[in-house]
Amino acid sequence: MPHPPIRCTGLVKRYADVVAVAGLDLTVNARECFGLLGPNGAGKTTTIEILEGLTAPDAGDVEILGSRWTGGGGAAARALRERLGIQLQETQLADKLTVDETVRLFRSFYSAAHSVEEVLALVGLEEKRTAWVGKLSGGQKQRLAVACALVSRPELLFLDEPTTGLDPQARRQLWDVIGGFVAAGGTVLLTTHYMEEAERLCDRVAIMDHGKVIALGTPRSLIASLGAEHVVEFALADGAARAPSTAELAALPGVRAVRAGVERTALTVAEVHRAVPALLALLERRGAELSLLATHHATLEDVFVSLTGRQLRDA
Amino acid sequence: MRDHALVQLTLARTREFYREPEAIFWVFGFPIVLAFALGIAFRNRGPGELRVGVLRAPGDSALAGALARAPGLNAAVLDSSEAQVQLRTGRVALLVVPGDPVVYRYDSTRTESRLARLEADAVVQRAHGRADPARVADQRVTEPGSRYIDFLIPGLLGMNLMGSGLWGVGFSVVQARTKKLLKRFMATPMRRSHYLLSFVLSRLLFLFVEVAALIGFGWLVFDVGVRGSFAAVAIITVLGSLSFAGLGMLVASRARTIEAVSGLMNLVMLPMWMLSGTFFSYARFPEAMQPLVKALPLTALNDALRAVMIDGSPLAQLGAPLGVVAAWGVASFVVALRIFRWR
Repeated sequence: MPHPPIRCTGLVKRYADVVAVAGLDLTVNARECFGLLGPNGAGKTTTIEILEGLTAPDAGDVEILGSRWTGGGGAAARALRERLGIQLQETQLADKLTVDETVRLFRSFYSAAHSVEEVLALVGLEEKRTAWVGKLSGGQKQRLAVACALVSRPELLFLDEPTTGLDPQARRQLWDVIGGFVAAGGTVLLTTHYMEEAERLCDRVAIMDHGKVIALGTPRSLIASLGAEHVVEFALADGAARAPSTAELAALPGVRAVRAGVERTALTVAEVHRAVPALLALLERRGAELSLLATHHATLEDVFVSLTGRQLRDA
Repeated sequence: MRDHALVQLTLARTREFYREPEAIFWVFGFPIVLAFALGIAFRNRGPGELRVGVLRAPGDSALAGALARAPGLNAAVLDSSEAQVQLRTGRVALLVVPGDPVVYRYDSTRTESRLARLEADAVVQRAHGRADPARVADQRVTEPGSRYIDFLIPGLLGMNLMGSGLWGVGFSVVQARTKKLLKRFMATPMRRSHYLLSFVLSRLLFLFVEVAALIGFGWLVFDVGVRGSFAAVAIITVLGSLSFAGLGMLVASRARTIEAVSGLMNLVMLPMWMLSGTFFSYARFPEAMQPLVKALPLTALNDALRAVMIDGSPLAQLGAPLGVVAAWGVASFVVALRIFRWR
């Protein structure tokens, strides 16, 4: 049986005062796009950098494309790096080099590589070829970073928060690039704190919190684990005084779970058409006035909230 | 060939440098500006224009007239208060008080003042009827190589090699580290030796321009020639440049921020700016300091450059200073490689 592109067990990484990764097991299969989803500080970047061989774990075993990382810049590590494409979260490419020069530089490190034209076409930067990196927009810079990762014709692509800080259009362009890579037979491990990105892009997702995987599966199966497909959120104009109790809400028809937050209460609901009229009737009897009522399809965000009690973005 | 990693790294390094106008000025423009300003300021150095004051008193104008006629002296009649100020500030080297006796007022620790006293005294004595018994004649010689600018140009060359070596290497390395570009390179199969070597190669590319610009300027504007062989100058500047590139690598080997590396850089360069005899001879420092001063790489480099450019010495005679330069370079590279922070 061929090796999975990524397999790690029992990963631990401690820094002076925090445990960044606290015993993590992960297997990423060939030709899959795998997402590490979690809030800032969950240990996503530390995990991906351990897998990339840039950070040494304190404990645990890592196998990438069937090999283990050997220290420093030795021949074995370089042979493995030939097969990887890596984009790091914080890298700022040199401002005063052109797009073409930057790709050409990265290309020169690999024995087999795409031509500059090919890789710029992959990320849609052909027209910016002679522009200085410093003059590119945020989205273009990110696509260039991905181009530098793709130029090696990698089997396995690591992307650390590739779309953070980008506008929706730039984000979609990058999704297309990543989707195209997977469709062509590549394997991707990416980190993100955008649930929408994980849902759109990833075949499987591991939700991370405090250095551990707290849920693992396809986006669909994770959402299904909530037991209901919809979320109804409401808030009351006069605050908690007339609010119904959690037990009363849970007893409403079609409601599977209740989460009372500080500003709003969320109900996980199987049938919106039964739950909402019942909720309105209950509030009417209590004399409570609504200041907000909203429903949406359940997302990975709701999965995270139901597991941790916190929102993904401000956790 | 063109797509070899070492070529591409060197090209990237070189482009980043020449696309930075400030860097171009500090490396090429600044030394030339400095050479020009100092060359002009010190072009007529020597006892050509000694100013002597004559205190306003009976007989002052006759005395001032006699002094002014003497070659190399320039005399003016001054009021008492004005005379004090000018003497104190060095605008006149000597104040002559007419009368009997004629009084010379001056600071005897100043060479110029003592010279002015001798010249003025000769004028005064002759005016009172002294006859010179021996016939003399002057033969003036201006030896190329003995002017201040001849001394200065090799010094500036050495100082420039130090500055561009340290800044050129140190600054780029730390910038790549703070921007996480170094870490990104570590995520590729790039050879670390190629990365370090690219700095050395791009330094050598610029070295040629740097040296040619300064020597060419000195030659065109001030007629500063190279007495020894150009090959010797080339070998010395390459060696010096490599040595300072090593020192730059060492300074940058651990620093995580531009501020930290700038501080370290100045810490390394400041003693050499002062002690290594760029602007004035280090022989002025006390005997006890000489071994220390001579052990500095810039001192050794300046000595070697002056020996070739001014005295025309062959390389074979420069073993000692070139040894010092090479030793600094090798030691710095070795230590830098051991402690280098690759991310």
